[in-house]
Amino acid sequence: MAASSIQAPSRALLRRPKATTGALSWFTTVDHKKLGILYIVTAAVFMGIGGLEAILIRLQLATPDGTILTASQYNQAFTMHGTTMVFLVVMPLAAGFGNYLMPLQIGARDVAFPRINALGYWAFLTGGLFLYSSIFLGGMASGGWFGYAPLSTGDNLAASALAGTPFVGSGQTFWALGLIFTGLGSLVGAINFIVTIVNMRAPGMRLMRMPVFTWMITVISFLLLFAMPVITVALIEMFVDRQYGTSFFTTANGGDPLLWQHLFWIFGHPEVYILILPGMGIVSEILPTAARKPLFGYSFVVFSGVAIGFMGWGVWAHHMFATGLGPVAVTAFSLSTMFIAVPTGVKIFNWIATLWGGAIKFTVPMMFSIAFIGLFVVGGLSGVTHAFAAHDRQQTDTYYIVAHFHYVLFGGGMMAFIGGAYFYFPKMFGRMLNERVGKLNFWLMFIGTNLTFGPMHILGLEGQPRRTYTYPEGLNWEHWNLVATIGSLILALSFVVFLGNWIWSIGMKKGEIAGDDPWDGRTLEWSISSPPPEYNFAVVPQVENRDDFWHRKYTEDENGFLVRRISGGADDGATKSAPTTTLEKRDLGDAGDGPHDGDDQGDHGGHGDGHGIHLPNPSYHPLVLALGLPFIGWGLINHWGLLIPGAIFVFWGVVGWMLEPASE
Amino acid sequence: MKGSDVSAVSTHNDEHASSTGYSNNKVAMWAFLGSECLFFGAFISSYLLYKNRAGPAATEPYPKDLFDIPFTSVTSFILLVSSLSMVLALSAIQKNDPRRMRVWLVCTAALGMLFVACQVFEFTEFLREGMSPASSVAATAFYILTGIHGAHVTIGVLMLLGQAGASLVDERRGAPWTAARSEGVEIFGLYWHFVDIVWIIIFTVIYLIK
Repeated sequence: MAASSIQAPSRALLRRPKATTGALSWFTTVDHKKLGILYIVTAAVFMGIGGLEAILIRLQLATPDGTILTASQYNQAFTMHGTTMVFLVVMPLAAGFGNYLMPLQIGARDVAFPRINALGYWAFLTGGLFLYSSIFLGGMASGGWFGYAPLSTGDNLAASALAGTPFVGSGQTFWALGLIFTGLGSLVGAINFIVTIVNMRAPGMRLMRMPVFTWMITVISFLLLFAMPVITVALIEMFVDRQYGTSFFTTANGGDPLLWQHLFWIFGHPEVYILILPGMGIVSEILPTAARKPLFGYSFVVFSGVAIGFMGWGVWAHHMFATGLGPVAVTAFSLSTMFIAVPTGVKIFNWIATLWGGAIKFTVPMMFSIAFIGLFVVGGLSGVTHAFAAHDRQQTDTYYIVAHFHYVLFGGGMMAFIGGAYFYFPKMFGRMLNERVGKLNFWLMFIGTNLTFGPMHILGLEGQPRRTYTYPEGLNWEHWNLVATIGSLILALSFVVFLGNWIWSIGMKKGEIAGDDPWDGRTLEWSISSPPPEYNFAVVPQVENRDDFWHRKYTEDENGFLVRRISGGADDGATKSAPTTTLEKRDLGDAGDGPHDGDDQGDHGGHGDGHGIHLPNPSYHPLVLALGLPFIGWGLINHWGLLIPGAIFVFWGVVGWMLEPASE
Repeated sequence: MKGSDVSAVSTHNDEHASSTGYSNNKVAMWAFLGSECLFFGAFISSYLLYKNRAGPAATEPYPKDLFDIPFTSVTSFILLVSSLSMVLALSAIQKNDPRRMRVWLVCTAALGMLFVACQVFEFTEFLREGMSPASSVAATAFYILTGIHGAHVTIGVLMLLGQAGASLVDERRGAPWTAARSEGVEIFGLYWHFVDIVWIIIFTVIYLIK
């Protein structure tokens, strides 16, 4: 047939990439596992930047009347620290772990929309780089991570010193546009996750058989789906206020700064759960594996997560108790905030009950998970104290609040993610991380967390305000501030140890070869090789149980004791044996005569070696499309000429995308 | 050979057995429209908050002084009729008639463009009468809500024209669309009807409620 006229231009412009290995393949990949690693590594880099900002803040506050940062620099540091950690570290970590694990856990070979998935990553990266480009272009945002008007609608403090330079005073505009771009990435990523989970589960993988981590990814995908548009609207309104002199949030023309607060927190409180639920999911995977028991009350844990997802929409105004909402609203939101502690508490008790009577192995991931429970309880309880409006009005905008959300997000979320990194590292890279270094890493991080954030409770109760760049001597704050600074340096050291462990294991190739199932895992991702092949499952698994892989390995004897099923070459089941060979034999056997070889699998089935499995091809177009975003951003900040390359990239990306089949 | 490329586009998502029986594309569009509800909801809330507000620095006229309800009713009618022609386009392709489908798709797009043109006319008229987007918070909220909706209609027009064009190109290549391709039309139709329904809400909120 004649060469297609519509495909010719895209072919001429960018030849379809073929390589699936090598450095270049990372720019064109649509493989969910590679994208997952890209998300995690990029988030780790942003973590370094955000951590550096945190260290600067702590050094500034180590002594009274600190002089390391000016007031303006300090404002930029805490604003970008919060923004980075929330939008460029924890959310992408959730997307990264979700991308890597969720398709493996539901027995899928791929996600529903591989190129949209890639666009999600590239929009996050280009949006994040755009946000940080403001550091070279007249100063970063300085209105706090929540960007309250009128702080965020006025000019930056940096403006006065450098007036006349391009972009000066636009830091907060960079912030608004950058978050719109990364939000776009989160939204398309969430749609991809939802469709994948709804539509692409392996045969027999009913919803109530899905691993808890996948369940939590489901919940946060829906939260993202409904929360991102709200913040996008708020950011668009902030952008037009700043750029075109409108007055959504300024009082002069009748605008109301509280509208920003409502829109921001209607997004912001579901966002809190977007940040913590993936960590809860990871812990819910690690605890049963290390305790060698099924998760206690699986359905309770799942439904608690779903309940948190729903109730998370009804508590936003507890961030605004001090704004004068009136007694009815304050009472209502006080009550709903107390109620949302219930499903959270249910989960805590389920985790503890999972440990009860288990044959616990204190591996590094397990230590992080147990620390997660403890630290999250501390943060959760201080959260409950904020449900009491009278108490909250006393503590709001003090370091008590800072202590609270760092205990939940760092002591909770980050501990879970680091534990998850230790847990899934062998699956991702095929080598173990060093256990002894890991334990050093854990203790440094555990001690550092408590030294840094524990004293902030006391400082807050003694009245030290947040977001204030110095404090005078003689307020009795010196001691605990110094302790917190020392703690933050210990935390920084723990991350250096963590990085060193990665380099030792895969950089220097010293890590022990992991094998398919190093932890004696329970779910499908452990049934395939480490790292998994590109097509994940040579034969799509037939799922018969919750914790299906565990049930393939173990059964109960007549007295109810756990016994390993007869399998080729498996030793005591501790580690690094080859239980999966049995599985693969079983699967291959099935493939010959089994139900998977039927029509429903098309050309997927029946090839145990993975040849002939049809996977989507790599593509340049998600990257090309995302490259347009920063140019559009710079263009919109009064540099109209830059809109042209931005439009070219977007047009090129969209048209090339549409003319290019997902797989050929 | 190239013809098989085209069919690969349409069958890719069918290759995965879908757990729900609905195709991935359709579930994704429904999810996206769910998200859009909150997007428009937040803009509509902003408008409702500000529609009667004027701060000390605000300048007249305000939106409610300028509305031409009969004119906007006609443009709303145009948009609603476009939903009918969208349905007819889907019905045509379901009956294996790609030519009639293209006629109705172009007709839908034309009605959409007419709606956007009327909106541009309305905006220029309001600007001429002295209501700039920054003159009062009510004006800002009005312009941004209706403007964002107009942008959605414009994107819809581009999608419809793109679909009609793709169908034409495939036909020239000897692979005319059949009922097997109707789901793509149906999915774009979902978007189009959603944008229409949102307009009914916006029209009521802005122009009809005092």
